[in-house]
Amino acid sequence: MTVLDHLPILPVAIPALAAPLTLLAMRRYPRLAIAIAFASCAAMLACALALLVQASGGAITVYALGEWPAPFGIVLVADRLAAIMLVLAAALALIALLHAVLTGIDRKGWHFHPLFQFQLMGLNGAFLTGDLFNLFVFFEVLLIASYGLLLHGQGPARLKAGVQYVVVNLVGSSLFLIALALLYALTGTLNMADLGVRVEQIAPADQGLLRIAALLLACVFAIKAAVVPLHLWLPRTYDVATPAVAGLFAIMTKVGVYSLIRVVPQVFGDGAGAAAWAPAPFLMPAALVTAAVGFAGVFTARSLSEQASYAIIGSTGTLLIAVAGWETAMLGAALYYLVHSTIAGAALFLVADVVTRRRAGAADNCSPGPDFAGRQGVGLMFMAAAIAATGLPPLSGFIGKLLILKSVTALPDWGWAWGVILVTTLFGVIGFARAGSVIFWKVTQGDTAAAAPPRSDMIAPAIALALLAALSAGAGWATAYGDAAAAQVFDRTATARAVLGEGAP
Amino acid sequence: MTYEFLVASAIGVLVAGAIFLALRARTFQVVLGLTLLSYAVNLFLFASGRLVLNRPPIWDKTVTEYTDPLPQALVLTAIVITFGMTAFVVILALRSFLETGSDHVDGDNVPSDDSQQEKGE
Repeated sequence: MTVLDHLPILPVAIPALAAPLTLLAMRRYPRLAIAIAFASCAAMLACALALLVQASGGAITVYALGEWPAPFGIVLVADRLAAIMLVLAAALALIALLHAVLTGIDRKGWHFHPLFQFQLMGLNGAFLTGDLFNLFVFFEVLLIASYGLLLHGQGPARLKAGVQYVVVNLVGSSLFLIALALLYALTGTLNMADLGVRVEQIAPADQGLLRIAALLLACVFAIKAAVVPLHLWLPRTYDVATPAVAGLFAIMTKVGVYSLIRVVPQVFGDGAGAAAWAPAPFLMPAALVTAAVGFAGVFTARSLSEQASYAIIGSTGTLLIAVAGWETAMLGAALYYLVHSTIAGAALFLVADVVTRRRAGAADNCSPGPDFAGRQGVGLMFMAAAIAATGLPPLSGFIGKLLILKSVTALPDWGWAWGVILVTTLFGVIGFARAGSVIFWKVTQGDTAAAAPPRSDMIAPAIALALLAALSAGAGWATAYGDAAAAQVFDRTATARAVLGEGAP
Repeated sequence: MTYEFLVASAIGVLVAGAIFLALRARTFQVVLGLTLLSYAVNLFLFASGRLVLNRPPIWDKTVTEYTDPLPQALVLTAIVITFGMTAFVVILALRSFLETGSDHVDGDNVPSDDSQQEKGE
């Protein structure tokens, strides 16, 4: 065994080791703790890129923990989709961490860095695991870390939002467990690849129960993805969270979307009888309404961070429109848009923070305020982030939306999808233009601006925007990888063979 | 009355109570509701391995018939996680009440039941 053989476990092991080290170092040697945190994120990014290269040929790396073979032991499965999500999570983590350190927000409490690492551990584990119960456990890991991160910095507003966020997620966890119990009672396994094989042998009388399990699981993932009508927890939570944390949380809704993409084709695919594609008929209308509600929120938001929260909901809706078709071409487009919308959402939160730090009393409210230092530069940045979030050329959002529009024409009711995506884009454009013009152009005279903070806080959002530009420039390569990943997701038998050995049907 | 009926109705009653309490407006009742829900979920998880009597889950020289040990392991994991989560939400609710002066889930300042009763009297 070489280190390379253990590559799939490293994205989980690195933050698990780094978290206690940062906890120990933070009080006496804060610089050392920050260095550990950065080193951990950089190592994660390196591992994720190595996995991305490893999976590019179509190889599915299966890592059996403790060498226990697949249906009995827990396995980690690193395929193209998992590799994409890992790279995205690691890149986003580096940006969020950089912003937190540069703005000094990580010093507001002792436990920012350990919680941040545990959050990443949960995220990476959720992306890698091939076992449904293990997915639940990693969900809990990332959730309990996110509760701590959300409350970082204290304040009554955060506590109020925190109570709601925790309660909603606890109910979601309970539903998850009920669905798992149903699945285990019916099939006697919780390994995803094994489940995909066993559901075909379920008696017709029991297929109703399987359908309930499928819909419950879809509900749980919809809560995480903030799909209407289960989205109400998100705007309040993300609005009050520390901006660097909100930037990292941009990937949390995508965990729900990822789980849908992973579980539905694998377990509730064509072989599942009455439960085959059970969530599909509900997902499309929900996705359309989610996109509409999200961008309507962008239109009516009263502050930049609230606007960014609604932009996250809207982008999840747009993303799910493409996912809900359950076709390879649409899923390929969706994966490209997923990467784009996560980074764009994070960029919006970070730019909102840059504005807040400069406008003092007016914060990031959409109301005229005093002139502030670097108004043009920040305004330009906001424009770029808004262009990315709404999907205008030249940034990658345009390419993503174009790909989604092109691929959904295969659906019978594609008119709805086109109508909603195009109209919500218009709403988004107007909403962002209104907020930008009020904040950056309407300057009240006579007010004194706050002392200009150092310009270093503009580095992290600039990197996020640069990543989006790179995603546009490398769109050919990225979409090819996304299409290949989508094809791999729908190829159930290949995954089952890789996980369960050659003997699997 | 069979054993199955007893367990099934217990889960049903627990979930009904949990949903009622979780929809209340005050954090304490919501926390109690979540606790009841987690009890129901744990029983349900346990029952997913089928209800059998007098069979050990782990290896024993003298017996040939076993019960499924996996749901018991799953329940243990679920109990540990929900216990931690419940402890967290209790502390969070308490902090929220102390900082905002209201134990309403929405955090709005609504007069409490006691003060309404006092007004009525």
